[in-house]
Amino acid sequence: MPNTILKTESLTFSYPAEGAPKSVLQGIDLEIEAGTFVAVLGHNGSGKSTLAKHMNAILLPSGGKVYVSGMDTADESKLLDIRRTVGMVFQNPDNQIVANVVEEDCAFGPENLGVPPAEIRQRVNEALAAVGMYDHRGHAPHLLSGGQKQRIAIAGVLAMKPKCVVLDEPTAMLDPIGRREVLETIRTLNRESGVTVVLITHHMDEAAQADRLIVMSGGKVIADGVPKEVFQHVEELKAAGLTVPGTVALLWELRQAGLDLPLDALSDEECAQALYQILR
Amino acid sequence: MEPIIETQKLSHIYSAGTPFEHIALDQIDFSAQKGEYLGIIGHTGSGKSTLIQHLNGLLKPTSGKVLVEGKDIWQDKATTRWARFQVGLVFQYPEYQLFEETVYKDISFGPKNMGLNEQEVDRRVREAAGFVGLADSVLEQSPFELSGGQKRRVAIAGVIAMEPAVLILDEPTAGLDPVGVEQILGNIRDYHKAKNATIIIVSHSMEEMARTADRLVVINDGRIPIEGAPAEVFSHGEELEAIGLGVPQMTRIFHRLNALGVDVDPSVYTVEQAKTAVMELLKRKGMM
Amino acid sequence: MALKDITLGQFFPGNSFLHKLDPRCKLLLVVFFIVSLFVAKNAAGYGLMLAVLLICILASKVGFKAILRGMKPIFFIVVFTAVLNLLYTPGTGTPLVEFWIFHIYWEGVRTAIFMVFRIMMLISCTFLLTYTTSPILLTDALESLLGPLKTLHMPIHELAMMMSIALRFIPTLIEETDKIMAAQKARGADFESGGLVQKAKSLIPLLVPLFISAFRRADELAVAMECRCYHGGEGRTRMRQLKYAFRDYIALALGLGLCAAVFYLNTLGIF
Repeated sequence: MPNTILKTESLTFSYPAEGAPKSVLQGIDLEIEAGTFVAVLGHNGSGKSTLAKHMNAILLPSGGKVYVSGMDTADESKLLDIRRTVGMVFQNPDNQIVANVVEEDCAFGPENLGVPPAEIRQRVNEALAAVGMYDHRGHAPHLLSGGQKQRIAIAGVLAMKPKCVVLDEPTAMLDPIGRREVLETIRTLNRESGVTVVLITHHMDEAAQADRLIVMSGGKVIADGVPKEVFQHVEELKAAGLTVPGTVALLWELRQAGLDLPLDALSDEECAQALYQILR
Repeated sequence: MEPIIETQKLSHIYSAGTPFEHIALDQIDFSAQKGEYLGIIGHTGSGKSTLIQHLNGLLKPTSGKVLVEGKDIWQDKATTRWARFQVGLVFQYPEYQLFEETVYKDISFGPKNMGLNEQEVDRRVREAAGFVGLADSVLEQSPFELSGGQKRRVAIAGVIAMEPAVLILDEPTAGLDPVGVEQILGNIRDYHKAKNATIIIVSHSMEEMARTADRLVVINDGRIPIEGAPAEVFSHGEELEAIGLGVPQMTRIFHRLNALGVDVDPSVYTVEQAKTAVMELLKRKGMM
Repeated sequence: MALKDITLGQFFPGNSFLHKLDPRCKLLLVVFFIVSLFVAKNAAGYGLMLAVLLICILASKVGFKAILRGMKPIFFIVVFTAVLNLLYTPGTGTPLVEFWIFHIYWEGVRTAIFMVFRIMMLISCTFLLTYTTSPILLTDALESLLGPLKTLHMPIHELAMMMSIALRFIPTLIEETDKIMAAQKARGADFESGGLVQKAKSLIPLLVPLFISAFRRADELAVAMECRCYHGGEGRTRMRQLKYAFRDYIALALGLGLCAAVFYLNTLGIF
């Protein structure tokens, strides 16, 4: 499988707990192709964050296997290689920034990998430029906005030159401006540098922008496909504690009322055009 | 109608007289009526957090006044303390303020500080827990064993138990999934109805505000550029866009339909309204 | 006053000669200076050191105001030490002043004055170091200077890492303290009034959430660091390489010269 960067085989995971262990993942089989933008959607407790933590060996499977570029995550000798291949960005931007100067923080990953100083400098400059934070390289992170901090965190991961970046609800703590900044950064990254992106989220509008959408509920994958297709399963999504984008919700409501409308008009423009067809 | 809470030319300047001087609020006239469900919208750094911390006397105005039930809350110490209990303030991520061994004790912290007797404290704790849908069995648990959403509801109950006439919540749904969001918004609506309390919700989510609030106040750069009923506020689409707030998705789509030449009222802002508007137009055209 | 107004690790970015010196060099110079301070025995030595210090402050362009502002919190200690020395230094000869049970001798006056100068100069020179050196460079310098101790299995890298993480999180935790304090006040908590016991008790609603949050942050940070391939100091490189320049050698030579001069001046009997 030359093109598969992440692969899980009947992956199960349970937390040890008093009495019976608490099962969080119940048999996940996924293959993620290199260079794609994949969103994983699910309510809190659906297992989506646990799945993310398996993608660079923060957690190891209770059963089944996870492969990163063909490397078994359970193989301890491959740990550094796995983590430099799959970078991770977390929800709280404050708790993943290590240094008190932006560029120092960005250098942290490559420093740990033993990259020569001159090359670190070059990687840091490139990574900061890629997220549009080069001008802030000398700033103290605690004075930056949430969106800026999250972009620094992304740059810190990029400086390790990963093939894949997994982002675990990176926008949950941001305001709309910050959210837009981060999302644009992620999209550019995927499109221009070909980095595989796995975005864990519960925001429908973010998930709608991905190439592929995986929906999780109760530790299982309940839907998997292109967003337009997945969002047509309005009832299943509602049952899984999720909503659908406003456009789909409106079209679905109108279809319930007997109108002949498509359900795959996801963007504002497509939705407006679909409505225009019956209203003109 | 007499407003229950009001600010008169309220200004707040941080680090006055230093090079870091920052005008957070600039002569704000703000008011909320009794029983009103009000939304304050603004992005980070707009001054909205500074404003709400003035409403219950946590911050002292640099100039101007804050009146609760017509009384200047800074006229004397007793009034300041009185105002603190009249106006309940739930901060962002309130679950990070929990500290007691049991949920019951944590919710009772506020009422106890008010100096109420044990019986009254008990009544309020149980009632508040009821409002946020916490079962009796949860009351004896440690708050730290609960899920994120439950913790948030315990923290909100801690303020509701003080039975404030005005309940202010800063981003009460931040970081929650759709089910969690609906639950919290439902809890707040219940309290609003049961006590005829004034609710002020601070948010940057236009969609959420559009669905819940009677009136919206937009804050930007320490001023209030736009306020009014949601439809009225959302008609200032370009201005809102310039501030970085935007309008709800349904409003955008209906503006687009308008531009395409469809005769619809662009002031809709919820899916429900959008559906009604489409159905009505079809009826008018005799197509249904 | 909000807690976040307190400045910590107060670094004034600048471009002066002192700013440009290698941080290791500055750290060594401070050590030389402090050693000289404790060695100096007479007015000539103190005078020379005061002159050097004043020139350095002028050269740093941070301004005397900033130095004096830093001195405020220790004002009481300075006065207290001075008074104690003044009253309790035994002397030979006749006392200058006598009242109640106290006798003030010439030796007392002399020790008190020297003590005041010693403390003030000690504080000033350390302030000058932190004002002209960014905390991160200071940590680098410490790690590099103490590096040889690694062979004795001293956890120098870990210590430096802890220091830099502490520096990173102090502002965050201060902000958090402000927030929790405001939230508890909104629930009627009173942090100001009451006796000592009452006040200590009233801190529980502040300290418990603060600790829990600090531990949560530590947990998350540890995972984030592991994700970025952190595995201790072994095999680690640094982007920023400290390099001694010509000016550093000059400065170190001058520093050593100062030490020697103070030793020499001690042999002269001025005061």
